[in-house]
Amino acid sequence: MIRVGTVIVLIAVFAATLGPVLTPYDPSAQTLAQRLEAPSPAHPFGLDELGRDILSRLLSGARISLLVGLAVVSVSSLIGMTLGSIAGYFGGGVDDLISRAIDILMAFPGILLAIALVAVLGPSLRNVVLALCVIGWVGYARLVRGQALRAREFEYVQAARALGAGPARIVARHVLPTAYPAVIVQATLGMAGAIIAEASLSFLGLGVQPPTPSWGTMLDAGRSHLFDAPHLTVFPGLAIATLVLGFNFLGDGLRDRIDPKAET
Amino acid sequence: MAIYWTIGTPFGRDQLFCRSMARYLARRLLLTIPVLLGVATLVFALIHLVPGDPAQTMLGESASPDEVARLRTTLGLDKPLLAQYRGFLAGVAHGDLGTSFRYGTPVTREIRQRVPDTAVLAVCAMAIAVLFAIPLGIIAAMYRGRFADHAAMTVALAGISMPNFWLGPLLAILFAVYLGWLPVAGSGTAAHLVLPSVTLGVALAAILARMTRASLLEELRELYVLAARARGLSRIRAILRHAFRNSLIPIVTIIGLQFGAVLTGTIITETIFAWPGVGRLLIQAINNRDYPLVQGCILFISVTYVAMNLITDLTYGFLDPRIRFE
Repeated sequence: MIRVGTVIVLIAVFAATLGPVLTPYDPSAQTLAQRLEAPSPAHPFGLDELGRDILSRLLSGARISLLVGLAVVSVSSLIGMTLGSIAGYFGGGVDDLISRAIDILMAFPGILLAIALVAVLGPSLRNVVLALCVIGWVGYARLVRGQALRAREFEYVQAARALGAGPARIVARHVLPTAYPAVIVQATLGMAGAIIAEASLSFLGLGVQPPTPSWGTMLDAGRSHLFDAPHLTVFPGLAIATLVLGFNFLGDGLRDRIDPKAET
Repeated sequence: MAIYWTIGTPFGRDQLFCRSMARYLARRLLLTIPVLLGVATLVFALIHLVPGDPAQTMLGESASPDEVARLRTTLGLDKPLLAQYRGFLAGVAHGDLGTSFRYGTPVTREIRQRVPDTAVLAVCAMAIAVLFAIPLGIIAAMYRGRFADHAAMTVALAGISMPNFWLGPLLAILFAVYLGWLPVAGSGTAAHLVLPSVTLGVALAAILARMTRASLLEELRELYVLAARARGLSRIRAILRHAFRNSLIPIVTIIGLQFGAVLTGTIITETIFAWPGVGRLLIQAINNRDYPLVQGCILFISVTYVAMNLITDLTYGFLDPRIRFE
């Protein structure tokens, strides 16, 4: 499972990095005379409603998807780990405050809050990342808080405290490392979640704005051509599903390695 | 009934059950109040996050200063922030979520008109998910490590990875465009419900199948299953009559907790299939910059989600006495 996931993710990274070299077409170049043309040897995935090469746009879109995923996961995990370890290690009023904030944010199902935030802040890539980070840190904070609650009672942590180590040092050197394996699994699955969320927002017209190629906006454009050009819908969706499946395989495989009891 | 016998004498069991359940109910309800207050506060804050003047944004650049001032008064934006907040909370408590900027009607009425459609869609999606997922999970658990298990779990993982905004159009292409069996969008007949329900139910089915498998595998390790087999029960009978029943508690919980995913899923599914529910209303409100309606829809969906989680928690407490006595 891990191998399949790794291969899919590496192919996506490779395609995103070398995208412009892999296809001879500019993802924004329009050939209106050939609009909605079906897949052919010259254009393996066909052309879209403005006559742009879909394969070239998919490769450019991969860059957006991976960058959004990486940005959301990095920022969310950093904030979540910091707040979670503070809540778990110190307990008391700080823990209550952070835990209530977590409870309130978790009362919004799925990406509803992200939709609401982007709706008021305005659709843009920056606002999508911001909105996904606002809801993304919560999962990491809950996870790390739980680990920190357990870890603060460990003997080696008490020994470090007795030796005069400060709270920041104890948290960074002794408490947080116990949570790293679980955080890595969560981050891998979080990449899948962030990619789907970005594509969902773009599909709803709240994410990346045209003409920047994004898999979600490409799927949205395909909706108007279900009857005459289904390839506009098939290929961007296939790209999203494959990449998400890759990250899910990787995350599940890592979790099984780290915690065989939780094998799915 | 089985729960009663485990926690006391026949004479005191009803009383003990009622008292523990009442305490559990009160504690859960009390914990929900700050969450609901926090949700309402965040929803209130949304309109103040709009860059610039929300009234100007709603009316557009061409609006005159008089029109902007009038809308600010209508929305209550000319009052001090604290007064606005108090007014908002009082309105929410009385079921008054303001007036839709686009339709000129009460937000609650707009939402109420669309709730039945969303409810029908959500219930159908969950029914489809349960009907497919539980047999798939049981088969995977029964044949653990074999081809059937790997195949079932790969299908389930593919179901989780397949976004509904892709699955929906794919189903529409196949069943509406090529085969012509079902309508591509709209509402009104049972046929209109099929594609949106399947689109919405697939991801939930995938999660449920994985959960059923994991939960059943846990139970299959228990000695009572071995005892049932030793008494001469066939493997399938031991699984279905004993292990599966006990594995149902986490499955029921997951069904309740996944209701949130179904609710957010309706936003996209209703948009794809032009289904006239609350999710589509939210997207239309966003496109129209109808912020009172956006706030109303977000609040409605979140409160429904919190209520469903509460009901799930209470059901869990009812089914499993250990949770009540924690």
